[in-house]
Amino acid sequence: MSVFVNNLTKKYQSQRAVDNISFEVKTGEVLGFLGPNGAGKTTTMKIITGFMAPSDGDVKVNGISVLENPEKIKPLIGYLPESNPLYQDMPVIEYLQFIAQLQNVPKDKIQGRIAEMIKVCGLNVEKHKKIGELSKGYKQRVGLAQALIHNPEILILDEPTTGLDPNQIVEIRNLIREIGREKTVILSTHILPEVEATCDRILIINDGKIVADGTSNSLRKQAQGQEILKVGILDADNKDKVIEAMQSLESVAMVDPIAEDNFTFMVNSKDSASSRKPIFEMCVKNNWVLSELTPIETKLEDIFRELTKN
Amino acid sequence: MNSIWTIAKREFRTFFDSLAAYILLVVFLGLSGFFTWLFGSDIFFIGQATLMPFFSVAYWTLFFFIPALTMKMLAEEKRSGTLELLLTKPITDLQVVTGKFLAVMMLIGSALILTLPYYVSITYLGPIDHGAVWSGYFGMILMSMALTSIGLFASSITNNQIVAFLLALFVGVFFLIIFNVLASSFTGTLAYFFNYLSLSTHYESVSRGVLDSKDLIYFLSITITGLLLADTVLSKRNIIE
Repeated sequence: MSVFVNNLTKKYQSQRAVDNISFEVKTGEVLGFLGPNGAGKTTTMKIITGFMAPSDGDVKVNGISVLENPEKIKPLIGYLPESNPLYQDMPVIEYLQFIAQLQNVPKDKIQGRIAEMIKVCGLNVEKHKKIGELSKGYKQRVGLAQALIHNPEILILDEPTTGLDPNQIVEIRNLIREIGREKTVILSTHILPEVEATCDRILIINDGKIVADGTSNSLRKQAQGQEILKVGILDADNKDKVIEAMQSLESVAMVDPIAEDNFTFMVNSKDSASSRKPIFEMCVKNNWVLSELTPIETKLEDIFRELTKN
Repeated sequence: MNSIWTIAKREFRTFFDSLAAYILLVVFLGLSGFFTWLFGSDIFFIGQATLMPFFSVAYWTLFFFIPALTMKMLAEEKRSGTLELLLTKPITDLQVVTGKFLAVMMLIGSALILTLPYYVSITYLGPIDHGAVWSGYFGMILMSMALTSIGLFASSITNNQIVAFLLALFVGVFFLIIFNVLASSFTGTLAYFFNYLSLSTHYESVSRGVLDSKDLIYFLSITITGLLLADTVLSKRNIIE
């Protein structure tokens, strides 16, 4: 099931929470929705799930408009809302049963689905407790279980791992990855390593606009532009000689020594050129030992900060 | 239809989980029993085998109780965000509202069924007008329907339960008292108009055993208007500006 968001705009009074956003998510793709607080992630998700109507634009699932035919789209979507609202006074099993009935899961399959969700989400110990008595992490699992109960084709998760401990986060990420192989998943988060760990594609939005769209690798390349290498050299008697030699290489734009005594340098290559091979060859020629040659990657954090600062 | 029933079942259960149902049943049966059998113009005082004292007490008890039952139904769902959870499931706003309406009516129905022993006991005391009893019950149900939908509407426009409760009472007071008072202080068409709006007028004529389609239409239109208004308020989030 492909989700196609087309020129979506949502205005609250004069403010544009979402400003003319368009993107597409295909089957088998996990899309990470990234952005600072108030960027419009949640609003976009609320519109995709049919809870809220946009001021302008449309969302289409397999060519069917959510605005015009919500009754056809809603059964396909599993949704975990932002603050994970739950009926606190209901026991876990009863709650899942209620949701399964609302999702029109056939009567004879409800028990089986509930048992599976309890297993997948690790709720076995807590299944007879009232939801209000559970810890935050377990509540989050119940929220995930209710989103998955009818085996939806599209999964929309608004910050799915908040409140989970590191072990649970890994479990849930694996679960999302697994689901994402066959289904369409859109998840929002502001935990950056999470996006890298779970998502095939990243969409960064800021002030209601899309500011970046791509895989984590392509975003890095785009942000970086030129290659930066950390180079360590041993057995060279004179530092200036090394710098000179490196600067004479055709692909090198700039050399920057980092420590006084250590022969370690930051080497910036010229645009779309790589200096790895020339540096190695230079060392061989001069009988120097290359002790370190590390490409410095721009961190996703830096990209994020660069794109979303105002 | 199925979804309405799912919602209604859950709400009905919640009444019993939260003790609201027990309190309603105990107080409703207690109050009406007390005034029917023991105190004031009870049936021994009147010296007639009639359920009239019961109905007049039940009338006011329900007036206070129904807003208490409906106040949290939509307000609380909005406040806690569970409304978003519900409305992103394959269910329409109107189905949610109707399901909740049904749950309240089920609880009121159970309360009324539990008063049947009063009826049975009184039949042993003397000749009773069976028609008047059944039309009394029928009037109770019609009035409860109207008050429930008013309560749901009040609950739909706020996130605050207390506001919903007071608002439902406020609207209820108009229908039960103020329109009646206005009707008697005017003459001519205005009096007729207010008299028509007054719920107590219609309730009295139903409970006297006069089954007029005019009264039925009155109660049903209040009920349907209330439910549709609640539905409209909920759908307001969908308005494309």
